[in-house]
Amino acid sequence: MADIWRMIGRRLLLGILTLFVISLVIFGATELLPGDLARELLGQSATEETLAALREQLGLNDPAPLRYLKWLMGVLQGDFGVSMATQKPIAELVGARLGNTMFLALYAAALAIPLSLVLGILAALWRNSIFDRASNALALTSISFPEFFVAYILVLWLAQTGIFPSMVRITGSTTFGDRLYMSFLPALTLTLVVTAHMMRMTRAAIINLLASPYIEMARLKGMSPLRVVLRHAVPNALAPIINVVALNLAYLITGVVIVEVVFVYPGLGQLMVDAVTNRDIAVVQAIALIFATAYVLLNLIADVMSTITNPRLMHRR
Amino acid sequence: MTIFLSLIVGLALFFAIGISARAAFRTLAPDHQKPTFRDMPLTASFGIAIILVYVLVSLLGPVIAPFGEGEVVGAQYLPWAAPHYLGTDKLGRDMLTRLVYGARNTVGIAFATTILAFVVGSVLGIWAALVGGWVDNWMSRFVDALMAIPALIFSLLLLTIFGTSVLTLILVIAAVDATRVYRLARSVAQDIVVMDYIEAARLRGENNWRLIRREILPNAMAPLVAEFGLRFCFVFLAISALSFLGLGIKPPTADWGSMVRENATLIAFGDVTPLLPAGAIALLTVAVNFVVDWQLHRASGLKE
Amino acid sequence: MNSPMLPRGMSRRGLLKSGIAMTTASLILPAGMAMAQSEPKKGGVFRVGIGHGSSTDSYDPGLWDNLYAQTYAAARHNQLIEIGADGNLAPEIAESWTSADGMTWVFKIREGVTFHSGKTLTPDDVVASLNHHRGDASTSAAKPYFDAVTDIKVDGPNVVITINAPNADFPYLMSDYHLAIMPGTDGKIDVTSADGCGGYMVDSYEAGIQATLNRNPNYWKSDRAHFDQIVLLTILDPAARLNALMTGEVDTIDQVDPATIGLLESRGVAKILSISGNAHYVFPMDSRAAPFNDNNVRLALKYSFDRQELVDKILAGHGSVSNDNPIGPASRYYYAEMEAKTYDPDKAKFHLKEAGMDTLEVTISAANAAFSGAVDAAVLMSEKAAAAGIKITVDREPDDGYWDNVWMKKPFVASYWGGRPVEDQMFTTAYQTGASWNETFWSNEKFDGLLVAARSELDEAKRREMYQEMQRIVSFEGSTIIPMYNNYVMALSNAIATPEKVSNNWNLDGFRCVERWWFA
Repeated sequence: MADIWRMIGRRLLLGILTLFVISLVIFGATELLPGDLARELLGQSATEETLAALREQLGLNDPAPLRYLKWLMGVLQGDFGVSMATQKPIAELVGARLGNTMFLALYAAALAIPLSLVLGILAALWRNSIFDRASNALALTSISFPEFFVAYILVLWLAQTGIFPSMVRITGSTTFGDRLYMSFLPALTLTLVVTAHMMRMTRAAIINLLASPYIEMARLKGMSPLRVVLRHAVPNALAPIINVVALNLAYLITGVVIVEVVFVYPGLGQLMVDAVTNRDIAVVQAIALIFATAYVLLNLIADVMSTITNPRLMHRR
Repeated sequence: MTIFLSLIVGLALFFAIGISARAAFRTLAPDHQKPTFRDMPLTASFGIAIILVYVLVSLLGPVIAPFGEGEVVGAQYLPWAAPHYLGTDKLGRDMLTRLVYGARNTVGIAFATTILAFVVGSVLGIWAALVGGWVDNWMSRFVDALMAIPALIFSLLLLTIFGTSVLTLILVIAAVDATRVYRLARSVAQDIVVMDYIEAARLRGENNWRLIRREILPNAMAPLVAEFGLRFCFVFLAISALSFLGLGIKPPTADWGSMVRENATLIAFGDVTPLLPAGAIALLTVAVNFVVDWQLHRASGLKE
Repeated sequence: MNSPMLPRGMSRRGLLKSGIAMTTASLILPAGMAMAQSEPKKGGVFRVGIGHGSSTDSYDPGLWDNLYAQTYAAARHNQLIEIGADGNLAPEIAESWTSADGMTWVFKIREGVTFHSGKTLTPDDVVASLNHHRGDASTSAAKPYFDAVTDIKVDGPNVVITINAPNADFPYLMSDYHLAIMPGTDGKIDVTSADGCGGYMVDSYEAGIQATLNRNPNYWKSDRAHFDQIVLLTILDPAARLNALMTGEVDTIDQVDPATIGLLESRGVAKILSISGNAHYVFPMDSRAAPFNDNNVRLALKYSFDRQELVDKILAGHGSVSNDNPIGPASRYYYAEMEAKTYDPDKAKFHLKEAGMDTLEVTISAANAAFSGAVDAAVLMSEKAAAAGIKITVDREPDDGYWDNVWMKKPFVASYWGGRPVEDQMFTTAYQTGASWNETFWSNEKFDGLLVAARSELDEAKRREMYQEMQRIVSFEGSTIIPMYNNYVMALSNAIATPEKVSNNWNLDGFRCVERWWFA
C-alpha cells in the first residue's frame, strides 16, 4: 500500500508541473492570437485613442512576461483574478458553469458506462455472433456521425415530437428532476459519442484474455461461459477498461463545446470559447487549468485503480 | 416504416456485397494468400469491398463526376432527378459531383493526417520507451500537458494563429493526434523493450533506429493498427467539428465534414441532404474498422 | 465581439455602421394567413432567441456591440430620442429639441420619469450619461460622435449641447443605442449597474446565457412594454434557434438561416418577418493597390457576376439587387433610373482590354464574420467570373480577427453596412476622401466637391440632382462592389403580433420588439 501512496504523491507533484506547463502553453498561444481584449471589446468602431485608453485601463500595456508573472503570483495565492472583460471575479463566472459541466458529464457517464460495459461483455461472450456484429456496427455508426449531427437527429426525433425539450434552460428554481429531464438529450448525445470507444475496448480486453490457459482451464472445469467471463476474464481485464473509462470521462468534462452550443447548455466549454474570442486571458487560463486538473486527476485515479486491481503493474519498469 | 424498410435493404446490400466480395477475393488472390481469404468473415470482405470502392472513386473522381467540382449548375436545392441524381446544394452545385470530389479530398486529407500523426507519434513514442531516462521523462510530461488541453480548443487556437490552409489543417490535426499515438506507442513499446530479443539485438550492436524499425515496430503493430482505424475516422469528425466552429476546409473544395455542416439545418425539417455526406463518412468508418477488427482477430490467434 | 468560431451572423461593427433608415417593412406570411391586426394587449412571457451574446457582455454602454446586448439594453433603457418605426425621430427622454443655428442644441428633458431604483430622472443624469462617451479618457465606441461637441450643460429643465459646426442631423446621433440615459452620481454613471428608466427591470442575468426582465410598473410610456415578462436567450447555433422556435421554447428568433425560410413557412408553425431597408453587403477593393487602382479593372469585376443569383441563393430572395449603390431604395434621393449593371462577360472583357489585360487574377479574402454567406457569395462570383477571363480565388479567413487582420488590410474583402437614413451620412462615413471608414481608400475630387456643396444646397431639385450624380460616380467609378441590399429576416410564432410597421433601423424592430410587440 505504501507503494501506492508514494506513487500518488509523485504523480500529484508531476500533475502540478503539468498544470504549470499548460498555463505557459495557453498563455503563449493566446498571446499569439491576432488582436487583443481592448479591440475585441470595442469592436470595429474603435479608434486609436479609445483603444489606447481601454488598454491603459485594462493593464494591457505591460509586457507579456510581466502579465504572466502577475497572474501566476495571484494563482499561487489562490486568487485567480477577475475577468478583464466584465471585472467579475473568475470564481463567480466559472462556479455555476463548472457545476453544470460536471452535472452533464456525470449524467452522460451514468448512462454510458453501464451501457458500454454490458454491451462490451455481451459482445465478448457472444463474439462473432449477429449481436456482436450488429452492436459493433451500430456503435461505429454512432461515433462516425459528427456530434452536432447526432444532436440534430435526436432533436428531430425526440424534441420536435414534444417528448423532450430541444434546449436547456437552467434557472434558480430548476429542480433536480427538471434538470435531469431537460438535460436528457445532451446527455444522450454524449452517451452515443463515447459508448463505442468504451464498448470496443471492453470487448477487446476480455477477448484478449480468453486465449489464456487459465480461462481454458476454467472452461474445462465445465463453468458456464457467462461465469467464465464474469468471474475470470473481467477482473483481469479491468485495467485497460478503467483507463478507457477515465479517458472518456475526461472527454465528457473537457470536450463538449459543440453539444453545449447545440443544446444551449451553459457549461464551461462555451465560456472558454467566448473567452478565447475576446482574449480574456484570465478566464481562458482558469478554465484550461480546471480542464487539465480534471484530466490529470482522472488519469491518476485510473492508474491507482488499475494498480489495485492488478498489483503486477506496480513493478513494471 | 421507412426506417424498417431501409434497414432491410441495408442488410440485404451488406450480405450481397460481402458475399460477392469474398468470392471475388478468393478467386483473385494468389495461391499462397488463399487461406487468408477463406476464413474471412463477411464483415471483413464487406469492409474491404467498400474501401476499394472509396479508393476507386477517389482516384477516378474527375472521370466519374458528371460536373466540375465547384461548378454552379442550376438553382439551389433542386430535387433528385436527372441530370442531378442527388439534387443540388445551397449554391446550386451538383450534389453527386460534390460527394465524389469530397471522397478525394476528405479521404486524402484524413489519410495524410493519420499517416503523419502515426509516423511522428509512434517513432517518438517508441524512441522514448527505448532510450528512457530524462528524454523519456521530459517528452512524456510535455505530451501529457498537451493532452490535458481539450483537443478541439487547442486546434482552434492553433488554426486561428496559423491560418486555415489545407496544409496547416493537416499539420494541426496531426499534431494533436500524434500526442495520443505517442502515448499508446510508448506504453506498448515499454512492454517490448524489456524482452530478451531486444537485449540481444542491442548486444549485436544494432543502433536505435534499426531497433525501432526492425525489432519493436513489427511487434507493436497490432494495437497501433487498431488505433489507426479509429484515428483515421476521427479526422473526418475533427474537420467537421472545426467547420462547425467556422474553421474547416476552405471553399470551394468539397469535403464531407463541411458538407454535413453546410446542410445540417435542413435535418430539422427531416430533409435527408445532410445525411448523404454523413452517411459517406459513417460507411467508411464502419468498413475500415471491420477490416481492422479482422486483422486484430487474426493477430490475436484466437481460433473461433 | 463576434465569436471567431460560431456562426453569429453579422452585427458587430458598432455605431458607425449603424443603419437608421426609413423604408417600408414587408411582412411575408404563410399562404392563406392574414396578419391579425389587433390592439396591443398586455401580458404574457415573451422569449426571444438571439444569435448573439457572449459571456463578456457588460453593462458599460460604450461597449454594447452585438444584437443581444443591444436588445437587452433597449429593454432597460431609454435614449434622448427614439427612431420611430417609420424612421422619423420621436421624442423619448427629450420631450422636444430645438436649435437656432444648428450649433447650439437645446433638449427639453421630460419630467416625472423615474429609474427602476425609484430615483427621479434629472437633466444632470442626462449630462452624466452623455459625458461617459466624451473626452480623451472615454472608452466608448460612441466617442467619435462627441468629437464635435464642445460643451454639454444643464440649463433649468434643459440640456444644452454645443457643437463646433452646424449640423442639422445632430439629433439623429442622439438616438444611437449606446447613448442610454442612466442615473448619475457626481456626474458619472455606474457602468456596472443595470438601472435604467426603460420598460423592463432586470430580474436575473447571466451573461452569454439568458436574461429575465419584468415589466416596469412605473414606465412613463403607457402604450408600450406590453409583456409581463421577457426572457432573452443567447442561442448561437442557427439550427438550435430554429428548433427552439419550432418546439415552442421561444417565441421569436433573429437571423433565420436562408436555406430554411421556405421550409419553415410551409410548416405553418411560424411567420417570417422580412424587413427591407438600406442595409447592404459590399466587397470593397483597395483603390490604391494594383490592379484595383485601374477603374477599368473595377468595372470588369462589376460586370463579371450575376447579382440576381446572389440575391436568390445567398439571401433566398430576401433582399434586392444593388447597382453598386450604397444609397438604398428606401432613401429620398435613391437613383432608381441609373443604368443597371447586369452579368455581361463581354463587357467585362471589354473593360479588361481597356485596362490592357486579357486575363485577370484576383483574390477575395472573405469570412462569414463580414456577413452570413459572404464566403458563398464570393464562391458564386468566382464561378461566374471565369467566363470573362477573370480568375477569382476565394480565400476564406477565420472569423476570429477578421476585422483586425483582413478588413481594410487586404486588398479585396467582404464587408457590410447598415444603411443610413441620410445620404450625406452614408457618403461622409464611407466614401469621402480620407474618411476613417472609407474601406477602399477611394478618392474622387468631383465627388468630394459635390458632397460639400449638397449639404448646404436648399433647392430640392438641385439637391436631388447632386445626390444622384454622386450615386452615379460611386457606382461607375467607385471601388466598392455592392451586389445586394439585404433584408432583416426574423421568425415569429403565430401568437406574436406586431404593429403594421416594423422598423428597418436595425434588427428586431430596431431592438425594440420587446416594447413594441405583444401577444395577440
